[in-house]
Amino acid sequence: MIWLTWRQLRSQAIVAAAALATMAVVLAVTGADLATQYRTSGLDACTANCAAQASNFFAGIKGGATELIFYIGIFLLYATPALIGMFWGAPLVSRELEAGTFRLAWSQSVTRTRWLAIKLGLGALGAMAAAGLLSLMISLWSEPLYHAAQKAGGNNVLSISRFSPPLFGANGIVPIGYAAFAFALGVTVGLLVRRMLPAMAITLVIFAAVQLLMIGVVRPHLIPPSTTTVPLSAVSMNGEGESNNGQLFLAVATVNSMADAWIVSARPVNSAGQPATTVPPACMQTPGVNTFTQCLGSHGVSIQVRYQPLSRYWALQWLETAAYLILTGGLGALCYWRIRRLA
Amino acid sequence: MTAVIDARGLGKKYRRRWALSDCTLSIPAGRVAGLVGPNGAGKTTLISLATGMLAPTTGTVTVLGEQPASSPAQLAKVGYVAQDTPTYASLSVEDHLRFGAHLNPGWDARLARKRVEQLALDPTKKAGKLSGGQRAQLALTLAIAKRPELLILDEPIASLDPLARREFLQILMESTAEHELSVVMSSHLVADLERVCDYLIVLVDSRVRVDGDVDSLLASHHLLTGPRRDTATLPASQQLITESHTDRQSTFLVRSTEPILDPAWSVAGVDLEDLVLAYMSGASARSQVRQPASAAAQVNR
Amino acid sequence: MTWLAWRQFRAQSIAATATLGALAIVLAATGPHLASLYSSAGLTDCHANCGALAGAFIGQVQHGYSEKVYYLGIALMCLTPAVIGIFWGAPLIAREFEEGTHRLAWNQSVTRTRWAVVKLGLVGLAAIATAGLLSLMVNWWARPIDKAIGYGNSSSPAEFSRITPVIFDGRGVAPLGYAAFAFALGVTAGVVLRRTIPAMAVTLVVFAAVQVFVPTVIRPNIFTPDRLTVPITATTTGLDFRGTRAGLTVVGDYSKPGAWILSDQTITPAGHAFAMPHPPQACLGTGSLQSCFSWLASRHLRQLVTYQPASRFWPLQWTEMAIYLVLAAGLGVICLWQVRRRQVVS
Repeated sequence: MIWLTWRQLRSQAIVAAAALATMAVVLAVTGADLATQYRTSGLDACTANCAAQASNFFAGIKGGATELIFYIGIFLLYATPALIGMFWGAPLVSRELEAGTFRLAWSQSVTRTRWLAIKLGLGALGAMAAAGLLSLMISLWSEPLYHAAQKAGGNNVLSISRFSPPLFGANGIVPIGYAAFAFALGVTVGLLVRRMLPAMAITLVIFAAVQLLMIGVVRPHLIPPSTTTVPLSAVSMNGEGESNNGQLFLAVATVNSMADAWIVSARPVNSAGQPATTVPPACMQTPGVNTFTQCLGSHGVSIQVRYQPLSRYWALQWLETAAYLILTGGLGALCYWRIRRLA
Repeated sequence: MTAVIDARGLGKKYRRRWALSDCTLSIPAGRVAGLVGPNGAGKTTLISLATGMLAPTTGTVTVLGEQPASSPAQLAKVGYVAQDTPTYASLSVEDHLRFGAHLNPGWDARLARKRVEQLALDPTKKAGKLSGGQRAQLALTLAIAKRPELLILDEPIASLDPLARREFLQILMESTAEHELSVVMSSHLVADLERVCDYLIVLVDSRVRVDGDVDSLLASHHLLTGPRRDTATLPASQQLITESHTDRQSTFLVRSTEPILDPAWSVAGVDLEDLVLAYMSGASARSQVRQPASAAAQVNR
Repeated sequence: MTWLAWRQFRAQSIAATATLGALAIVLAATGPHLASLYSSAGLTDCHANCGALAGAFIGQVQHGYSEKVYYLGIALMCLTPAVIGIFWGAPLIAREFEEGTHRLAWNQSVTRTRWAVVKLGLVGLAAIATAGLLSLMVNWWARPIDKAIGYGNSSSPAEFSRITPVIFDGRGVAPLGYAAFAFALGVTAGVVLRRTIPAMAVTLVVFAAVQVFVPTVIRPNIFTPDRLTVPITATTTGLDFRGTRAGLTVVGDYSKPGAWILSDQTITPAGHAFAMPHPPQACLGTGSLQSCFSWLASRHLRQLVTYQPASRFWPLQWTEMAIYLVLAAGLGVICLWQVRRRQVVS
């Protein structure tokens, strides 16, 4: 059974290996270069107040091949689980159902459930291995960039932060969870829909939806965020002012002392801790952003920040991976139940 | 003798249509059973139920005493060649043999290799590039080499040319004799079945019309020709299968275990093909014909 | 023949209609809110120096669900041509080869060529129409944001102006070209490889490669980029330090709202790239910035910016659409030629 699974997934495994190898070559070649740049910019040696060196470093990267490869790497880490789900998972069962070869496979001396269990298990392991390798390669390559971003404080041109929502899923171990889940999703959808092309399309849509849900809704609450209140002087803003009917709007860009944390939300609150939605009458029509800010501050407006400190990075990574692996297990159970009843 | 396939009130409904209804069969071991019927009669459904591909809507079916596909041991005892003889188009002949070896504990590698040589199949050729006949032979090899007790074949020779058909049946018969297999084979080509089958099941319109040993069936069916007569005048012991009338003559096909003594009739026997055709054409107006008790006693020797 | 092509395409067209419909609902529900934010920021009446207002507007957008819808729109625009290529293009003919139904289709009273032309034409037009509708909807929704970014402001990154690479792919008429090209690529891959899944994979890889290649290599040079030279003096020097391996360079202030900056270099009076092997301490962040600026000003440096101005947006769009349509047509011809001469045995 293991031989059969390998034999049937052989061509996909070869394609994956070739792609990983190509990626490895590209990353190896450019990674050495990147590491050298990191050293010569002086960031290696710098331990504090590295803003200038970091600016050098990033400015040298911006607009060049390195930046392009960085974005391609991120894109690949997001695309790979989806592609695994579509091209490995969805056809696994649906192709046999469509072609009628399930009648050959299910009349051998293995039960359907064992047949499915081994294909699902080995395929998921392969998916996790591929995603894990890819993530490892790209994370290693991107190390200098993330270190530089950390040392730069809040002030780097490419605004790279390992913790920021778009980049969190392209780092560490979560891609492994994504890949396992996408694969299991593909197999399940293929088993339920029984036709290959619709199964591939539906897998893609559902996977994308789950990813969006996780990023937007679930992840901030995997560990309840810490809360703190900082004065207005401690944040830099993207815009503040009042609207025509006296509503206050205040868009926080970064919080000065928390450059490497993940700011889940940062809202203005008044001295009682309630959300500050209106501009204090004394501050209306104040000219100049700085005086406006000072006026708000003197009326008790501060910023309530909900955040995840950097120390929670790995905890969140493990939790999110675990969540996806649990979903994977659930899908596996669903498949197991469904294939027994398939008539 | 235990029955290889034992169905009681077996039925399968798809959405709104009954593909098989009220099927009660008991196919004894050691037979080569032919499952005959027109297209759409329910042959594939019955076979799918017997191999565990489908689950029944009503009734039960046991194969070799167990539920179909219930365990690896049960699966090992049943060899199945499905309609269109599915094979993996991208796997080679050699790969298919390895496939069988890995997935069946009772796999007889020597037998498989011998058959492949006999059939002159190129082991490295992908199954998708084989001809229809070669694919059918490959599928049969896979089914036989796992050394089952029962071989179930769903229209395996439908797409083969006459020579390939004859070879297939020949090899099937040799294997059956050599390995003491029971065989259940469905087809709508009665002439081929006549050569090899010793048990017959006729399935028309999702119901079993007749089943029994070919010998006893042939012995108990008679073609009566005589002056024109009404059906009601036939004695009760004679079951009417088909009738046809001209101005002055009536021809009846009847089933009877007692000898026919009425001198007005000239009595003739039927061959298997006529028998099957009679059941297939006469069936639409009637319900399932059950085996008379005496014939059943004859079967369960 | 048209009926057959439509009937075979029916399921995909239903899926596409459903998706467009769902998206239309989302955009229609959130569009008015965005428009009201725009007008309440005072931008509808603003005619000059709207940078600050625009910045405030963008800040507000960034903290609501509008930002998420914006990114969703971008993602959809980038992915849709690829999805069309994979799911509409690759299986179009490859599926028929795989299932053997080409033998049925080619034995009817239509020539192979006509069969292929109708299939390609019908589904190709549907692909273009889908991309066009999608582009229309997303562009309509994002107009306030695009306009605000076009006003230019230090807080809204110029990276998001509609002429810059990723956003450009999702605006205007270029998506129609992409969809047509991806579709044609998929069908060609299917005809050549004759198997659906390999065709899908190949289409994906090739299309992705092309979409990376064109904005980086071809698009910047379709029209000769404009150049801007800004002298660097003590007052125009901004806080933007740039590093190269050879040392420190500095960029001055310039303002080109909504433009696509291709390169940005500091050059010496002699015209060479400025590299400073031994920057004074002042410029390495350990002295007073003022002394650094004075030192730099004494060097009489100039800043050379090459860029594509925002006004080139539409010419680039039309040109790129034309290029992709020509490529698509070429691939279509290759398909037809291959279909005619294919000796397909199995």
